[in-house]
This record gives sequence, C-alpha cells and structure tokens, in this order.
Amino acid sequence: MATTQYLFAGFGGQGILFSGKFLAYKGLIEDKQVSWLPSYGPEMRGGTASCSVIISDTPVGSPIVSAPDVLIAMNLPSLDKYEDAVVSGGTIFVDSTLIERKVKRDDVTVHYIPATKLANDNGMPSLANMIIVGKILAAMNEYNEDGINGALAKVISARHADKLEFNLKALTLGKEN
Amino acid sequence: MADKVLMKGNEAIAEAAIIAGCRHYFGYPITPQTEIAAYMAKRMPKIGGCFLQAESEIAAINMVYGVSSTGHRVMTSSSSPGISLKGEGISYLAGADLPALIVNVQRGGPGLGGIQPSQSDYFQATKGAAHGDFHMIVLAPASVQEMADLTVKGFELADKYRMTSMILADGTMGQMMEPVSLDYDIKEMPEKPWATTGTNMEREHNIVNSLFLSPEQLETENFKRYERYKYIEENEALYEEYMMDDAEICVAAFGIAARVAKNAINAAREKGIKVGLIRPITLWPFPVAPFKKAAKQVQQVISVELSMGQMIEDIRLATECKVPVTLCNRVGGMIPSPEQVLKAIEDANGGAK
Repeated sequence: MATTQYLFAGFGGQGILFSGKFLAYKGLIEDKQVSWLPSYGPEMRGGTASCSVIISDTPVGSPIVSAPDVLIAMNLPSLDKYEDAVVSGGTIFVDSTLIERKVKRDDVTVHYIPATKLANDNGMPSLANMIIVGKILAAMNEYNEDGINGALAKVISARHADKLEFNLKALTLGKEN
Repeated sequence: MADKVLMKGNEAIAEAAIIAGCRHYFGYPITPQTEIAAYMAKRMPKIGGCFLQAESEIAAINMVYGVSSTGHRVMTSSSSPGISLKGEGISYLAGADLPALIVNVQRGGPGLGGIQPSQSDYFQATKGAAHGDFHMIVLAPASVQEMADLTVKGFELADKYRMTSMILADGTMGQMMEPVSLDYDIKEMPEKPWATTGTNMEREHNIVNSLFLSPEQLETENFKRYERYKYIEENEALYEEYMMDDAEICVAAFGIAARVAKNAINAAREKGIKVGLIRPITLWPFPVAPFKKAAKQVQQVISVELSMGQMIEDIRLATECKVPVTLCNRVGGMIPSPEQVLKAIEDANGGAK
C-alpha cells in the first residue's frame, strides 16, 4: 500500500499548478488513485502558489497535504515555509537557481537542480517546472515514456500542441541533470 | 479507467448539470465557485443553452423561478453570502412548489467572511434558508465524483418532488481535481402538467404562485407540502458507513470533514481502537436510522465539522441523547487535521495509550 504526498510550492506563474496536474494525470493513466488541490486564495493573483497532489494505490482520504513525502520548492519563501513539514525520510527538490541556501534538515534526501538556469539556457524560460518534474520522476524511478506521453497529451490542449515537444525536452533535461 | 478525466469539483457539477439536461444557468460570480459559471459561459452557447450573468444574486434566483415555471431544468450557484441573498427567491420557489438546483460552495462566515472552505451554512441549508415552513433536499458531496453524481440526482429529486435541491459543498470540494467518470443513464424528465407552457386554447391556464391570502388555503398548501416531506424523510435519506460493524466510537462527518475523518479512523484502527464513520450524504433528509442504531452500539459520537457545531444538533436528535455527542472542529476557513481528529478519537477511547 503506497501513498505519496507531494507539495509543489513557488511563485504564481512558475507553473506550480500545471506541474502538479501533469503528475496527477500521470498517476491516473497508471491506474492510481489521485487528488490535486490548489491554493486558491489571494496568492493565485500573485505571490506564493502551492498545490497538493496525492498519488496512491488506495482511495485518497483527505486531499490536503500537510506533511509532504515530497516537497518541490521553487522559491525561498516556499522552502522557508514548508521545509519543517516534510516527513522524516522524505525528499526535497530545490530550484537552486532561485534558492541560494541549503536545506537545513539532515533527515531528508535533497536534490538541488538549477532548473530556472537550465530553462533559460535552453530557450524554454517558462519550463523550469517541468525540468524539476523530470528530475522528480527520475529520482523516484517513475520516469516512463508511456505515462509521460499520456499525461502530456492530457494537460496540453490541442491548441498548444506545438508546446508538447518543449515539455518533453524539459522533462529529459531534468532527468539528465 | 480510460474514461476517467481529471476535473475540478466545480467543473464536474457544471458538466453533470448539462448532461442532466439543464440548459439554463443564472449566476453572479463569487469565490470559490466561479468555475461553475465560467464553465457554463463556455459551454451553454455551444449547445443551445442559456448562460446569463445576472446583475445580482437576487436577480439570478428570480430568473431561476421564471425558467422553472416553464418546466425546464434550471440552476444557479453561489457561495455563502450569495446564498443568503438568494434566500427570498428560495422561499418563493418553495411556496410555488418549483423544482430547481442550487449549489452552495461554502466559504467561511459570518458576513463576507473569507474565501477558504467551511461548512457553517449547515443550519441555513437544512433548517432556515429563508422565511416560511419549508425544506430543501440537501446533498453533501465528499468527492469530485459525488459532485457530479449528486448534481444529476439533485435534478431528478427536484423534479420528482417539485422542490429545490441544494448541493452543499465547500471550497476544497469545488477547487480540487480528482478522476471523474460522467457516464450517466439520464431518466426522462417527469411530466410537468403544472408548467406554464401556453394553453394552445386546449386547457385551463396554469398559474405558478406563492401568494395565498386565504389562511385556510395556505394552511392546506403547507400540510400537503409536509406530507411530501414526510415521505422524503422516510425514503430518500442517503449515507455511507465506514468500519461501523464493530465500532465502539462513531465519528460523524460530511463532505471534506469526512475525508479527513477517514484518515484519522484508519490511523486509530492501526492503534487497535474500534472506531467507524457515519457520513450523511443527504443532510436533509437527515439519515436518522444509522445514528439510532449507533446509539445502541457505541459509547460516544464525535461530530467533525467545519463549523461551531451545527450537524451535532441533528445527531443529538437522532441518537435521542442516549450517548454523549462531542464536537471536533475548526472554523473560519481552517480544516481539522487528521491528527486533531485522531486525538479526539483517542480521548473518547480514554486517552492516548
């Protein structure tokens, strides 16, 4: 019985909700139980944004992630706010372009990835989020083409089909860095 | 599960309403239910339906009254303060025996309150939506799937009993995404011989009205309506029981609170505490039977609510105060944590062991 609780956090505009939705869809395609809950307060008009994603083999109880197994911190205020909430033995992914400090805890696994810099260097400045997701999937042994392609087809509308390739490239970049 | 899609609860309500044959939506924007209106604005024009953003909540509910009089399926949605504004129209719908679906995606109150999730409109929905003796059928979804399922059911019950159905959800239910399957076998709408559809010079005029100046007649209307309510109370109560078979402690919760409670119950069961859940799905009619049964079986009932304790009163009535009923709550947009509920369960079990 495996349940993984993800908390994505960063600035509005970084694609926090989108990357959470991608991960949830990937879970759905892989026949898991999933839930996705965004913050919908004033923060969605700028400032910090967060989103709870739960992927489980059993029905999801509360959709609210207060003690994440996996924290994705895409700015400093998010790391400051949620670092202590991560369960012992959990994992933290840090966008090290935007967050200069190191994670203080020593009972969690930490992955530092310069996602924003990688995104800028590769001509895809809006896809730092998906670079991090690529890293997550690789680190958690969840990187598989079928799930990824299926989920991308769900979250990217036909109107934006040209963006599909960029997203795939971003995921690959994350996997390889 | 190829047919399942991820949808926000608000969107699931809107799409389910369309599937149920609703072609008229009237509303006024308010967080956290605005996605319902946004979805309707996008979809209705494409399927020959009507989406109208009214000048106010009061206008919207009166447009609902108008369309319902013609026999068509119609809905409005809002959040707590907006529902209060609709109160007068809701009472008129009841007085005229008109079917309608009203969605309340609750936020913290009183007053303008906040925009975070709440269940503090329980009293309003189940007992006092507005003036006069009347009830609404109140449906409380606890998943995105139920947001859709209960919308379809809400329309069916409203037509069957000629009254308002309300979906009583909250901010989390409206905003969260979960897999949902929208595969429905929609029953044909019942005949509505009372509807004002034009006489074709072939029948008497139909009159839809809630004004009865003769007290004798008004009393008769009320008695008739309450006979119908009695039938509904006996036949339409819905609930879910979870691990109640051997339970010595009963948690009662609906909507998001029930989701949190399940986490806590699972954790308590791992500690060997015999605890179960009764989750009312209809809040009116209130599912009295499972609580009556539980009163003979458990030592205590814990009502988990996002209010200062509203459903707890119905639990006390249903259990006839035979067992203690305690409250475990957060309010103002806060949600109880599974740990808080677990602590309440442990306290009921004689403290943490």
